[in-house]
Amino acid sequence: MKLAHIQQILQAEVLTGAGSLDREVGMAFSADLISDILVMCKEHTLLLTGMTHIQIVKTAEICDLAAVVFVRGKRPGPEAIALAAQNDIPLLLSSLTMYESAGLLYCAGLPGISRNPDPCGRAKGERTG
Amino acid sequence: MSEQAKPEQILILEFTLKSLDFMRAGEASSEFKQRLKKLGFKPELVRRAAIAAYEAEMNVIIHARKGVMRFEIAPARLLIVVEDEGPGISDIEQAMQEGFTTASAAIRELGFGAGMGLPNIKRCADAMDIQSIPGQGTRLQIIINNE
Ligand SMILES: Nc1ncnc2c1ncn2[C@@H]1O[C@H](COP(=O)(O)OP(=O)(O)O)[C@@H](O)[C@H]1O
Ligand SMILES: [Mg+2]
Repeated sequence: MKLAHIQQILQAEVLTGAGSLDREVGMAFSADLISDILVMCKEHTLLLTGMTHIQIVKTAEICDLAAVVFVRGKRPGPEAIALAAQNDIPLLLSSLTMYESAGLLYCAGLPGISRNPDPCGRAKGERTG
Repeated sequence: MSEQAKPEQILILEFTLKSLDFMRAGEASSEFKQRLKKLGFKPELVRRAAIAAYEAEMNVIIHARKGVMRFEIAPARLLIVVEDEGPGISDIEQAMQEGFTTASAAIRELGFGAGMGLPNIKRCADAMDIQSIPGQGTRLQIIINNE
């Protein structure tokens, strides 16, 4: 799924990386613990988080994350945004909660890191609408 | 940072680390990662090495007073040695357990201190060795092979 599509689904503000919205994201992951990100992360993954300090961006860089979505309108500081710009990590800001943001992306077909190709069971007709 | 080239194509990077220096936290590992990328190591190996280095770097910043982090980059093998002055680890087996942490509430509020760092280093590394003298400091060595 392209970042541009993710931005549209979440009605997100682009904090940096407006030029990289055609980037493909393969899967997503939500975390409010740096330790969880370091243990669970996979490459080209989108991170949804409620943490906004600069260490998130440093962790994203170390883990090769594709982009970061800050949820519930929590805006990172200018240093974090500048560091992300420098490292080519797009940052999005969504006013939705973590649950809503993740739910919308999941049901739009963006898999989790266990790579379930059919997250909402659409193929079997288990879900309508 | 200091840098020196040895024979046999070994590149050495060295950084000093300081307790609770969150401004610079992660810089050593990030620089190491950029070098590996530039040198053309496989992305999967680069990620593994960068994550192990970052966990080790953060441990000095969070748990010790100061330290030196040294990277030896050779085509077939990456060596990371982190030596610190600090409280040391009295029970290494316990420290290696998932979930064991002595991190403060303030550190945990930053999203660190879940007690997963040392086990994660072990998972990322091909070999890992911890030597520690309680009350003095810790020496952590990590080897990642490029096969
Ligand atoms: N460099 C170090 N100096 C002193 N203690 C350390 C060091 N590294 C790790 N430890 C001890 O081992 C514990 C577990 O480390 P780790 O698995 O990285 O988890 P965390 O850093 O989240 O606490 C730490 O809480 C600390 O007590
Ligand atoms: Mg740790």
